[in-house]
Amino acid sequence: MTALHPQPTSTSTPARPRRTGAGVLVGVLLAVLAVASLFIGVSDVSPVSLLSGDSDGTAAFLLVASRIPRTVALVLAGASLGIAGLIMQMLVRNKFVEPSTTGVTEFATLGMLGTTVVVPGMAVVGKTAVAAVFGLVGTWVFLRVVRAVPVRQLVLVPLVGIMLGGVVGAVTTFFAYRLDLLQSLMQWSQGSFAGVMQGRYEFVWIAGAMVVVAWVAADRFSVIGLGEEFATNLGLDFRRVVAVGMVVVAVITAAVLVTAGLIPFLGLVVPNVVSLLIGDNVRRAIPWVAVLGAVLVVACDIVARTVRFPYEIPLSVVVGVVGAVLFLWLLLRRRSRAH
Amino acid sequence: MIALEGVTKRYAGQTVVDDVSISFGGEGVTALIGPNGAGKSTLFGLVGRLVRPDAGRVTVDGLDVATTSSQELARRLAVLRQDNHVAARLTVHDLVEFGRFPHSRGRLTVADREHIERAIAYLELDAYRGRFLDELSGGQRQRAFIAMVLAQDTEYVLLDEPLNNLDLRHMTEIMRLVREMADQLGKRVVTVLHDVNFAATYADRIVAMREGRVVADAPAREVMRPEVLAAVYDTTVDVREIDGRPVALYYG
Ligand SMILES: Nc1ncnc2c1ncn2[C@@H]1O[C@H](COP(=O)(O)OP(=O)(O)OP(=O)(O)O)[C@@H](O)[C@H]1O
Ligand SMILES: [Mg+2]
Repeated sequence: MTALHPQPTSTSTPARPRRTGAGVLVGVLLAVLAVASLFIGVSDVSPVSLLSGDSDGTAAFLLVASRIPRTVALVLAGASLGIAGLIMQMLVRNKFVEPSTTGVTEFATLGMLGTTVVVPGMAVVGKTAVAAVFGLVGTWVFLRVVRAVPVRQLVLVPLVGIMLGGVVGAVTTFFAYRLDLLQSLMQWSQGSFAGVMQGRYEFVWIAGAMVVVAWVAADRFSVIGLGEEFATNLGLDFRRVVAVGMVVVAVITAAVLVTAGLIPFLGLVVPNVVSLLIGDNVRRAIPWVAVLGAVLVVACDIVARTVRFPYEIPLSVVVGVVGAVLFLWLLLRRRSRAH
Repeated sequence: MIALEGVTKRYAGQTVVDDVSISFGGEGVTALIGPNGAGKSTLFGLVGRLVRPDAGRVTVDGLDVATTSSQELARRLAVLRQDNHVAARLTVHDLVEFGRFPHSRGRLTVADREHIERAIAYLELDAYRGRFLDELSGGQRQRAFIAMVLAQDTEYVLLDEPLNNLDLRHMTEIMRLVREMADQLGKRVVTVLHDVNFAATYADRIVAMREGRVVADAPAREVMRPEVLAAVYDTTVDVREIDGRPVALYYG
């Protein structure tokens, strides 16, 4: 190795994959979809009706009270759910986990049911907080179980999580049944933004704030993804970073659950697509995951609103179908790359 | 110096490191040898604050590893473990960049970038810097990990079996590099080796472990004797002088 006098190397080979063109494209796509989302609905809200200043200003009112909140909520929920999946995958070092395959969502749902029973009139803040605390417990339990049961095969880890979620879900259903709350439970388990309006969605901003937290701590999460030994060698407090990640995941899960209900697959699919495109360096991945997550949710919501117009179908159904197809594609692709 | 004072580690009643008191990491290269299961990796784990001792104390430059801030230690001591599996899809450049983490905490300065470039050039990884780790051969990946600890730019560098996965040429090159790191960059390198001939050729000092104890600790040449090696490995080893250097013959 004649590397005694290393010369500054020409960076002819790109130091890292860049996808600037694609990035711009995805950004524009999000903007277009968001604008479209503002103008789709039963009532007539269109640029024309807004500009013509229709008689009583209903269009403007609807835009501010319902359409803008809905679109903002969709963007924030999509972005943050993607991030929750990404962070979870870094913590567990497994690409097949996200809040809904690890029991976190089920725990948060149990928390929501608990507040509905114990403190029926609780404000949304309280509900979100309780759900977040339960979600945190769920993350903790899952990490414990995964640690205690040394699972060799990567795909078995989410199976453990799904089993855990199944148990907690069963308990929740049992209580909901006994307390005549199955209807509420059904509503939470079907994510939909139909009920989103001004004054009733602001909690997704907390989820949005968690995206910022994740971005600030991005390098720490990358290092955690290398494993405890590397992280310790690099001077990181492994446990503390894991704790921060758990809070991020739990808060996002709870905030979205309270606002819209369960949206499956998103946290699984989006980070995996991004991982294929640009890899797992969290700082580089975060903007992609956030924007693609938002694109997927806004697009699916538009489909949910238009496919049976003037009725809506639950967003979770559309996301479920799209997500499942994407996930299958990812699995097959991974296999064909033969690792 | 790295010092262990009466350090003991047990796993489920089995004593893996047995009341070891030793100080190592002087100038130059130290080789740590010993049979499988002797406790070499555990010793590195104890120094690298990954394994908590059941008794005793480990210090690096007088700083107790149990109480000193992890970041402070990460600027003095880099440890590369024996088996490294990175599941995340990271490029070689990403990995080497994370080596700067103890200094940069994520915000790279010009100096950080220079260290990264130097480490990549040193390990001849420039052509692979944009590749994902899962797109490299085992040896290339091993070199990427070594580049990472090199970028960490610590006084002490602990390498656990760095020759894993390397072919003949790269084994020699890595050992030469280890030597250069000591001679030209002033690093104190401690490395676990299984090939005692590499240890004899490139190390100044050899520490031998067996069943959790240090059984030999001397200049390389003095350890390269049939009776010492036989006691360490429990097998007969013939040592011949070739071109004035001791060479152990243990191929049967
Ligand atoms: N986490 C653990 N739990 C239980 N026993 C362990 C653990 N880690 C190591 N051991 C045991 O401690 C002993 C020493 O292991 P260590 O990895 O330090 O050996 P080594 O000298 O590095 O061996 P090798 O040359 O094979 O790498 C072995 O008998 C091993 O089985
Ligand atoms: Mg070992």
